[in-house]
This record gives sequence, structure tokens and C-alpha cells, in this order.
Amino acid sequence: MSAQPVKRPPVVETTDAFLGPNQTYESVTATIGNIVLTPIRKTPWGWPLGFVIAAGFLMLYLYALTTLFVVGVGIWGINIPVAWGFDIINFVWWIGIGHAGTLISAVLLLFRQDWRTSINRAAEAMTIFAVACAGIYPLVHTGRPWLDYWLLPYPGTLGMWPQFRSPLEWDVFAISTYATVSILFWFVGLVPDIAVLRDRAQHSIVRKFYGLLSLGWRGSAKHWQRYEMASLILAGLSTPLVLSVHSIISFDFAVSQVPGWHVTVFPPYFVAGAVYCGFAMVIVLLTPIRRWFGLQNLITMKHFDLMAKVMLASGLIVGYGYLSEIFYAWYSGNIYEQYLITIRTMGPYAWSYWALIVLNIIIPQLLWIPKVRTNLPLLYFISICINIGMWFERWVIVVLSLHRDFMPSSWGFYSPTVWDWSLYIGSFGLFFFLFFLFIRLLPMISIFEVRDLVHKTQNDH
Amino acid sequence: MSNEPLELADVRAHITAKKSPEYWRSLDELAGSPAFEDLLKREFPSGASEWRDPASRRAFLKVMGAALALGGLSGCQFALKQPQEKIVPYVRQPELVIPGKSLYFATSMLRDGFATGLLVESHEGRPTKIEGNPDHGASFGSTDLFAQGSILTLYDPDRSQSALSGGKPAAWDVFVAAAGAAVAEQRAKQGAGLRILTGPSTSPTLAVQIGAILTALPQARWVQYAPISRENAAAGARQAFGSDAHVVYQFSKATAVVALDSDFMSEAGSGVRYSREIAVRRKVRKGTTSMLRLYVAEPSPSNTGNMADHRLPARASQIETLARAIAAGLGVAGATAGALSETEQKWVTAAVADLKAAGSTAVVVVGNGQPAAVHAIGHAINRQLGANGTTVLTTAPLVDPQGGIAALAALTNDMNSGAVDMLLISEVNPAYDAPRDVPFADALGKVKLSVHHGLYNDETAAKATWHIPAQHYLEMWSDARAFDGTASIVQPLVAPLYDATRSLHDIIGVLGGTAATSAFDTVRAYWQANGVTDAKAWEKVLNDGLIGGTTSKSTPLPITGTIAAPSAAPADGFEVIFRPDPTIYDGSYANNAWLQETPKPYSKVVWDNPVYISPKAATQLGVTDGDMISIAVNGGTLKAAVWTLPGQAEQSLTVHLGYGRSFEGRVAKNQGFNGYSIRSAAAPWFAGGAQVTKTGEHYDLASTQGHFSMEGRDLEIIRRGTIEEFTKNEEFIHEQGHHAEGGKELSLLPGWEYKGYAWGMSIDMNACNGCNACLTACQSENNIATVTKAEVLRGREMLWLRIDQYYTGDINAPQTYNMVMLCQQCENAPCEIVCPVAATVHDSEGLNNMVYNRCVGTKYCSNNCPYKVRRFNFLQYADDNNGAPTLKMQKNPDVTVRPRGVMEKCTFCVQRINEARINADREKRTIADGEIITACQQVCPTQAIAFGNINDPQSAVSQLKGQPHTYISLGSLNTRPRVSYLAKMKTLNAELGSAETEMVH
Repeated sequence: MSAQPVKRPPVVETTDAFLGPNQTYESVTATIGNIVLTPIRKTPWGWPLGFVIAAGFLMLYLYALTTLFVVGVGIWGINIPVAWGFDIINFVWWIGIGHAGTLISAVLLLFRQDWRTSINRAAEAMTIFAVACAGIYPLVHTGRPWLDYWLLPYPGTLGMWPQFRSPLEWDVFAISTYATVSILFWFVGLVPDIAVLRDRAQHSIVRKFYGLLSLGWRGSAKHWQRYEMASLILAGLSTPLVLSVHSIISFDFAVSQVPGWHVTVFPPYFVAGAVYCGFAMVIVLLTPIRRWFGLQNLITMKHFDLMAKVMLASGLIVGYGYLSEIFYAWYSGNIYEQYLITIRTMGPYAWSYWALIVLNIIIPQLLWIPKVRTNLPLLYFISICINIGMWFERWVIVVLSLHRDFMPSSWGFYSPTVWDWSLYIGSFGLFFFLFFLFIRLLPMISIFEVRDLVHKTQNDH
Repeated sequence: MSNEPLELADVRAHITAKKSPEYWRSLDELAGSPAFEDLLKREFPSGASEWRDPASRRAFLKVMGAALALGGLSGCQFALKQPQEKIVPYVRQPELVIPGKSLYFATSMLRDGFATGLLVESHEGRPTKIEGNPDHGASFGSTDLFAQGSILTLYDPDRSQSALSGGKPAAWDVFVAAAGAAVAEQRAKQGAGLRILTGPSTSPTLAVQIGAILTALPQARWVQYAPISRENAAAGARQAFGSDAHVVYQFSKATAVVALDSDFMSEAGSGVRYSREIAVRRKVRKGTTSMLRLYVAEPSPSNTGNMADHRLPARASQIETLARAIAAGLGVAGATAGALSETEQKWVTAAVADLKAAGSTAVVVVGNGQPAAVHAIGHAINRQLGANGTTVLTTAPLVDPQGGIAALAALTNDMNSGAVDMLLISEVNPAYDAPRDVPFADALGKVKLSVHHGLYNDETAAKATWHIPAQHYLEMWSDARAFDGTASIVQPLVAPLYDATRSLHDIIGVLGGTAATSAFDTVRAYWQANGVTDAKAWEKVLNDGLIGGTTSKSTPLPITGTIAAPSAAPADGFEVIFRPDPTIYDGSYANNAWLQETPKPYSKVVWDNPVYISPKAATQLGVTDGDMISIAVNGGTLKAAVWTLPGQAEQSLTVHLGYGRSFEGRVAKNQGFNGYSIRSAAAPWFAGGAQVTKTGEHYDLASTQGHFSMEGRDLEIIRRGTIEEFTKNEEFIHEQGHHAEGGKELSLLPGWEYKGYAWGMSIDMNACNGCNACLTACQSENNIATVTKAEVLRGREMLWLRIDQYYTGDINAPQTYNMVMLCQQCENAPCEIVCPVAATVHDSEGLNNMVYNRCVGTKYCSNNCPYKVRRFNFLQYADDNNGAPTLKMQKNPDVTVRPRGVMEKCTFCVQRINEARINADREKRTIADGEIITACQQVCPTQAIAFGNINDPQSAVSQLKGQPHTYISLGSLNTRPRVSYLAKMKTLNAELGSAETEMVH
């Protein structure tokens, strides 16, 4: 095989199928593989531009982290009573974003949803990078980050184990498991495609690079059989993780007794919120990429339509969560919970609560209209709204609950500092730096799965 | 050898050039050379400064290499040096000094001349903590916050460390010569040009020393001055009794007290004792049916007002009218009531009725800020009540009754007229704190030889021709009297930290020609001649911290004066009242970071002195907290930020003195607003007719509390009632809600059984007046860092113990409540289960311990703490004030200094528990009740805090926890705290209504 131009079918917007018209095995391979195998100098100009910008923000991130290590967490706006701020908000936000990837790749695989094939690879990559962005936050938010390893249960001369009743300890296992399984799942899925790239690569170094990563994949029937097994097992492992990771993260709040945190609805409501935000992020990422790299035939409007429907559904669950919080406060008769609802809706930070309601609940109702779901600019706008809205949700949960809890004498305020913002904006640098590397070095759509889809589609006809 | 500066490399070269046996001889030769001595004296090798210059860093590294090669030698260069002379290590330990064991020495601290007896803890020669002397009548084992803070002043790196002449370092000998010559010159004119200016002094030795000078130079004068002057009280006594008298109150015998603009519980010298006496009379226990009733009329809420049953916000200028009305009501001859508002009339009627009923057990106290006439009325009322001899004692004056602001004004006139050639200024700072119409600072320029003696190179030092650094009271020998006349010795705990410092006795010795006699000899000689003759008696005096039998004799004085006609009616509009700052006093403690960071009562503002303004006036002016106003009064203008204070008299603005400093104190400089700039000698306490305008600017004020309403959570926070309700039904506090009991299990599982000790605390809300001494004591005992104003603005104050302030009722005349809040040591501690590394754990005695070494700093514990008593080292706060090495000497070696990134909190002074445990174990006994006293408990003037073993039903704390009105805070959370509170009780006059303590249920 070679990377010689294959006649690619013209780009067509399709709304009723998961593939554009006239797709062949060859055209699929070329459409996806050529993005990676294009010589450096012929890379579309958008890529180096985006990569350099992302790298710039990555530098900001490293600068903010270095300052944090040298000076201490006091550079942030946190205080007593609001001892968690941007660190935990952004941690939860990033980890929520990751959820869509796992849901698409694992749950939809188990449910044999064909439409996942075109978007699962990118979504999984998004998961891993988002988990990386998220995972760094709890590591660096501690007062003495060089002692974080004390959270690991290791036999040491201190003779001390972690305190297993703490939800933060559960986080350690939840996040590390999630990261490990996600990376494995992603990589296993990549092996057959990397082998394709190895075979199509023209430069010897490129060939060696992909040769090493393809783990000797030859595409034999035995390989495929084992691949299918591994992939199903990993999907089976990932599926409970979709539910467990964010449930456990919600325990960081729900297990405590802070008004606004101590809520039993948190686990399902957090999972739904994560899926909601994650799908919005997939749309935010894929919309431009699909256009820049001409992937409209592989990621069709039907994909967007379905993703919008998932968002709508998970958004409604989130809305139900908001309502149930208010109901609980009223029904429990707990004066602290009741006060919290008052202060959320009418207190000094009420603007953020109402922003959350507008962005997360009201605007996404547009998705009921089928035309909106296939209107890319509008969908893009709604997705951005959801991403911001879900950020506000975490802000409302973390900051509004802490700033006024039990003892009125200790009530306070929180405002992020330039370092809070630097680390947050910088974490986008890390995310996009990795994402740009990914789309340039690895096939961002699963080649073999789409070819499988081509096969199925053609056989149907 | 040449005289070139010697480098370590040269030393090495010098040594290596010799053969082995010659090494040491060579070293000896070298050691004798001036260049080598210079090397030893320099703190760093001369290359050290090259470190910042990258070009010569290589050269520096070469030098460092040489230093390493000569490790043994270079070790001598740093920090503690051994003397050049031959020294011998001790083979036998000096008596008493056991490493790790602290020693206590009795001494006395002076405030405005009056002594408070102290016991000071010393660790291997370093004084670390101040405690009250239980035998001393002005202490009873407690102190105020200033005494607690004073230990930090000892180690203040900004203390003046060398004598200055014209701003340049000068030797003591030069001063002795200069002063000697000046005094000799004065002899010719009988001392007409000599003035000695000191603070109020009760020191018998100093009086004799200065007396000798005044005898020799009869034209010389000794002026006693303090910005917080008591001259009005002295003049009032003179008016009433016809002779100078000093008044001592005995609240222990009182049943009804009326305080007229008097914060007697915070008064220098006597406040601790008075607080104790009032609290004892107001404590409610099972079976109590009555308590002392306290009426307070005052313009600005004070600690005394905080305790009041009936507090009347009244303008300072209206106090005289109230005093006259009370006098008239009681039938004091010559008193006529003026016009009163309805509220005032009701208050006066009730107060008169209670005073009448109490008779000789009643007392009216008038504040130092009120004019002499009001004091005279007060004395007449007390006489009328028959209180003289019971609640009011009159004794001979202790400080100069003529001293004060007027005396300073007279001195300034003399200086301006050129009559003063030589002025000694000791431990006062009139260049800063003189009223604006007393141009002391300018007049100082006209004095040929002006000598300033003080702890700091302050505003006055800058204008004086000489500055002699003063010794801290923990470094010097002296003596003084308490407010009741009891004499005590000021005994040093430590040799002066700085060689150049001198005590006032030394300087007066120079003036009196006895420079060769040490302060110790002078003091010893005085007492040798006055009853403390033999060495044994002297040792007893030093050990006890007081000289027995020196308490002033009280002689009831008849009233000879008549009540003068009312002075002119006060002007309408704003009046400005001047008060000493509640935490830095008149400015003497301005460079003390602990006291700067102690939240002011009520406002909880730190590091600043906002002008207190009533809510009505704030609305009228359109200002809110932090807005700047401009106050024009007494011919001066002050721009300052405002703080709205409920309970402030409507048209009164309170300006606290002591801020707005310009001298080079790292802590004091540029904080707050200088109230002295609008104070006048004629009206130093309150001035009417102030023009107040809003400037439109805003100023950041850091307050440690942002919300002062209980938001309907009263039952969970401050339970309260009246003694009348209590008498009817002692269980009424419990019946207010079902969460009153602290110890009850609300769990399916059996609780942990505490077999040995179980530590618990009980806090009496009725005793606490919010004086803040416990905060500073805790800070001192537990090495708590200060964080600066900027960090407090971010909400990061570190104090483990805080006094919460709440208001209820009418915002203009609210009920004020405060609550001592510290770690509640919950049985079901919410903090413990959420720590991922088990850094905060319960121990077998019920303490909720904090393992600093284990803490990684997730801060989750603080989030989950409903009381918000945990404090986090967001930055390296332990190096406060840039980690000045002297400050490190204050640290308590029994308590870990917490680094950045670590959570900290109160652990009931676990170091004191462990010390008692070790002592008890060695003596094979159990820890007795009262053996462990926490720092907050020890210092509390009102004994509001009790601590001990709750497993022992006989312990004091168990007895208190068994009181019918005990309750726990946030009981509904089932945290089961080990700290419980005794409900706040008032005794209300039925005429004034009982709605005042009504709770939100």
C-alpha cells in the first residue's frame, strides 16, 4: 500500500447516515491515514498555529505550577472557610469532561451502537488528556505536594497506612484506575490502525515509530479474535468506571456534612453532569477538526444529532438534580440546607447560580428542536454554554456551600487570583498541546472500525 | 602578616605551608593577628556579597571550597560565638537549670505606671510566656492581652539597639560625659533648665532617686505624662474630697453597678482585678437566684458595656446630664436633673431604683474620659449611697495627681520660651502622641540637650539630640506599685539582649551623680531601708512577686465639694470621642504584630483603627464600612475609614489612638489613622461640633468576622435567658431545644469507652467580656504566627481561638453577645474521617489531635469542620517578620512550629497535658484536678474557662458541665463536642422590659 492519492469522494453533509456517500475502504484509509502521514511541510497551516498557541499556554501552566511549588498554595484565593476553590472546581470539571469518551467507547460498544465508531477515538483521547489535566489538580492542591505519596498504601518505615474512610483516599484509587483503564483501552484500539500506518509509512523513521507501537500486529484472524476479546473485556471494565469515578468524586462532597454537599442525589447527578459536559466538549472539539481535515463524510450530521440527544437527556437528569436539591432542603426541615438555597438564589453569589440555570437548563432546551440539533453553529454555541454552565455548577457546589456554612461568624468570600486563572487557562494549554500532538501522530478516527462500518453499510444496500 | 583583609583561602595557605607539628603554633600566631580577628568578626566571608553577582560567582565558589576545607575554623564565624577568654563547660549543672524544664520567675509589668504581678516562664534562659501571679492583687493569676503581648516586644527586632547622638551611634560613656556636663551647668541655676518627663510612675525607688535630684536642684521639674491620662479623675477627686485621692473599687461587694462612660474592666492596672470581681458576682450556678446588675451608659461599645444588663448608648457629652439625673434621683444635695429623652429617662429611673435598693452595695463608676465635674458627681452619689468604705475605697494618690496632658502643655510652653536647657524623656512619645495644640515636637528643637530614652527609635527619638535605648521590663531591675498600692519588684528574666540598653534608674543615676551604682543596687538599697532588710526577706519578695503589707490604707474621705452648675449644653452635630486602642493601647504596642493582629472587640478589625460610626449616622452620611470620611474638629482634619458599629451613640464618632505611625517599625509603620492629629489639650476625650464629610475614597479594612447575625440559629449558637427565668425553672435552657445535652449518644453503635482521663472544657458565657487576653495567650503559648493585614483580607488569620461577636435586636441599641470559639474536640469529629492520611486523629483521652508532621494539607478537614476552628498555613507564616532570629527565641519549645502547607488548631494545650502526665507518672499518681491549666484558661481575667477530666465527677469542669444551663453549640449535628457552654444570663430590671434577651426559636 502507499500513501499515493486515492480518489476521495467529495465532501458532503449527511444527516441521515453515519457515513457520507460513496465511501470505500481505500477512501476511508486515505482520509484518516493521510492526516497523520502527510509530510511535515505539507501539514495544513492550522495545525502548527494551534500547536504553538497551545504550547504557549502550556508554558503558562508550567510557570504557574512552578510558582505554586516555590511559594505555596497561598498564591491562590483560597482561605478559611473556602479552603477549596479553583483547584477542586477545575479538577471536577476536567474529570467530568473525560466521561463522554469512556461512555462512547465502552458503553456504546457494549450496546453495539455503530455511530460511535467515527467519534470514539477522538473522544477517548479527550478522556485521557482531560484526566491528565484533572489528575494534576489534586496532586498540586495539597499544602505539601511533595508528600502526596502518603496517600498511597505502601509498606514503609513510617508504619502508617492512609486513612481509608476519607473520600479523598477513594479518589486516589478511582482516578488512577480510571486513567489506567482508559489508556489501555485507547491503546489497544489503536494497535490495528497503527499497523496500517506502519504499512503505509514511506519514511523509515516513521515506519519504525509506528512499527514499535503496533506491537507486531499482522492482522491475522487470531489477532483479530484476541483483539475483539480484549476490547470487550476492557469495555466491560470501563463501563462501571463511567459510573464509579464520578460517583466517588461526588463523595468528596456528599460524605461531608457541609450544607449543599451532604446530598444523597450527588452520585447520579454528578455522573449525568459529567456525561452532559463531556458530550458538549466532544462537539466543541470535533466541529472544527472535522472541517479543517475534511472529515465530514466520516463524522456526519447524524452523529451530531445523536450526541445532542444524549446531551439533552443527561441535561434533564442534571436539571432534576437541581430541583431535588431544592426539594430536599425544604422537605428535610434542615435550617442550614434551607439557608443555603436562599443564599444560592439570592445571596452575593446568586449571579453564578442563575448563570448555571440559564446555561445548563434553559438554553439547552433548544435541543428539543430537530433543526437545532443539526445546525452546527447553534449546536456549537449550546455546547460551549453547557461547558461553562457545568463549570458554574462546580463553582456553586464548592464555593457557595463553603462560604456560608454553620457558624455565621466564620462566613467569608472567595475570589480567584491571577494564579488560579493561570493554572486553569494553562491547563487548557496542556490539554490542547496533547490533543494537537494526538491528531498529528495518531489516527483520530478508528480506521478499521469505519471500514467495518463501510462493509456493513454496503452489505445493507 | 600584612594588614590586608584576610580570606579563608589565605588561612588555609598559611596553614598548609607548615609541617604537621607547626600547624597549631601557626594557628595561634594567626589567631593573634588583627586581620584574623576581623575575619572572625565578619558574619560572612567577604565573598558572600558576590553571590548575587553572577560574574564573580565562580570566585565565590572558590572561597566556599576553602571554607569547606577549613570547616572547623569557619564554624566559629557564624551565630553564637564563644568568648575569647578561656571558658570551662559546667561539670555540675547550675541549680534549677534542667534542659527541657521551664522555670518561672515573678516580676511585674507596668501599664501607665501601675504594676501587674506576673510569673514568667523561661526555657533555658529565654523568657517565652507570661502568666499572671496568683498572689498579686492586680492579677490573681490572670493578665490582660497587653501583658501577653509584651513578651513579643522583648524580642522585637525593631527595638532600638544602640545609643544615638544626633542620629549617629554613640557610646554610653559619651552620653555620661555630656549629661554630666549639662547637669553641672544646671547646678549654677538650681536646675531651672532641667526637666524630667516620664510616664506616670509608682516606683518608690525612682521617686527617691528623682527626689534627690529635685532636692539638689530645686528649680528642676519632674513631669509625668501619659496620653491616656487620669488627670480628670484626679481633679474630680480633688473637687469632691478637697484633697488628692486615689479611688479603688471593690466590686466583690457590689450588687448594682452603674458605669458612666467607664470601661473599668479594661483599665490599665486595675482592669483584670475588676473584671474578676464583676464576673464572680455575675456567675450563675445551680441555686443562684440573683446576680450583680450592671448598667452602662457609654458612647461607644466597650468590654464593660458588653457585660451590661442595661446598656444605654449615649453621647459622651450627655453623660454629665445622666450623672446629674441619677444624683438628683438619689437626692444628692445640689443636683438637678436636666432634659432627658424618654429612653434615657427610663434608664435613669431604673438605675436609680436599683442603686437605691442596693444602698451601700451599689457603686457608680465614672470613666477617665469624663470631665472632673462628672467624677465629682460620681463621688457624691457613692457617698449618698453609703458606698464609701464598702464598694469604694479612697487611698493616698499613687501617681502624680498633677501629671497629665495639662502638665505636658505647661512643659511645652517652658520649652518654647527657652527655659528648658536639658530634657530627659523616658518611655513616653509626646512628639507623636501630644495633642495637636501642644507643639511638643517643635518645642523639642529649642532644647539644647534632649535625651530620649525608650524601647524604639520613635518619633520623639528622631527629634531628640540623644537617644538611649531602654531595657524591656524583662531585662531590668525596678519596682512599682499596683493600683491598690501593693509594691512589687520588677525582676529581670534575662540579661539585656542589647548591650547599649539602659534602664531609667541608670540614666537618673547619671543625672544624680550616682552613675556607678547599678539599678539592682539602687532598688535593693531602697528596700533595704524600707523593710526588706535581710537576704532571706529579699529572696521571699522576689519569689512571691510582691512586698507584703504595702497595700494602701484606705481612709474614707468626706465630701467637701459641692456640685457645680451644669456646664454649657453640648453642641449638636457630631462629637468625636478619643479612646485608647483596644489592642495597641496609646500606640505603645503599635510594633507588636500579635496585638496588631488581635481582632478589636466588636468590629474584629485588625491592623487598623477605623472610626466607629453609628448605623444611623452612616446612612445619613451615605457611607459603608471602609469608606473614607474627613473629620474636621479641634482645628485639625483627619481622613479615616469608617466602620459601622451597632450600639454606637448616634452622633458619636470613636477615634482610637495609637495608629498612623511614621517611625521605622516594620509592624507599626503606615497602619491606620493618627487620631492624635485631631486631639486637643482642652478636649482630649471628646469634642463636639465636628464637621464630617464623605471623601468618596475607599480603604480596605481587614476584619476577621464578616457576619454578625446569628441568622436564626440562636439555639445552636448562643442560648440565653435571665436569672429570673432561671430562678423559676433551672432547666429552661435545656427545654429550649432537644439538642442541649452534649454527652448523649445518638448512634446505633456503642461509643468508645474512656477509661482513664477524658479532657473537657466548659466556658461560661456569663463571665466573658471579650477582652481578648485568651487569644494572645494562646498565640504566645502555641507559637501561632501572624499573617499581615493582606492575608487577613484574604481570610487567612491564624488564631486558634477566636471571640465571635453577634448582635440581636435593635441595630441602634442591640444586645451584644460574644462566644469564645476554639476547637470543640468533638467525639464524632467531622474532620477526622475526611483526612486521607490520618493526620488528625482521636486519642484515648478524647483529644482531637493534629499530627503536624503527617499533614499533607488537603484542607478537607477545615471544610468539614462546622465550627471553622482549623487554621491553615497557606504560606510560610512561621517566618513572620521575615523570620527575624530574635523572634524565634520567643517560641515555646514544647510546641511544633508549623511550616507552610500544614493545618493547625487548638488541642487543649496538649503540651501542658503531657507535662502534667509526665510529672504524675514519675510520682506514680494520677493527674489532680486543676493541675492542667490551658493557656486561655490561665489568662482569663473573669475565669470564664474551666478545663479538666470529665471522667472525674468531682472535677471543676464536670461540676460545670452538670449545671442546668449548660449547652453545646451546633448540637443538632451530633458532633458531641467536649467543649460546652454555660448559657448567657442577664438580670433585668422589670421596668426596662424583658424582651431584650428574647431568642429566635
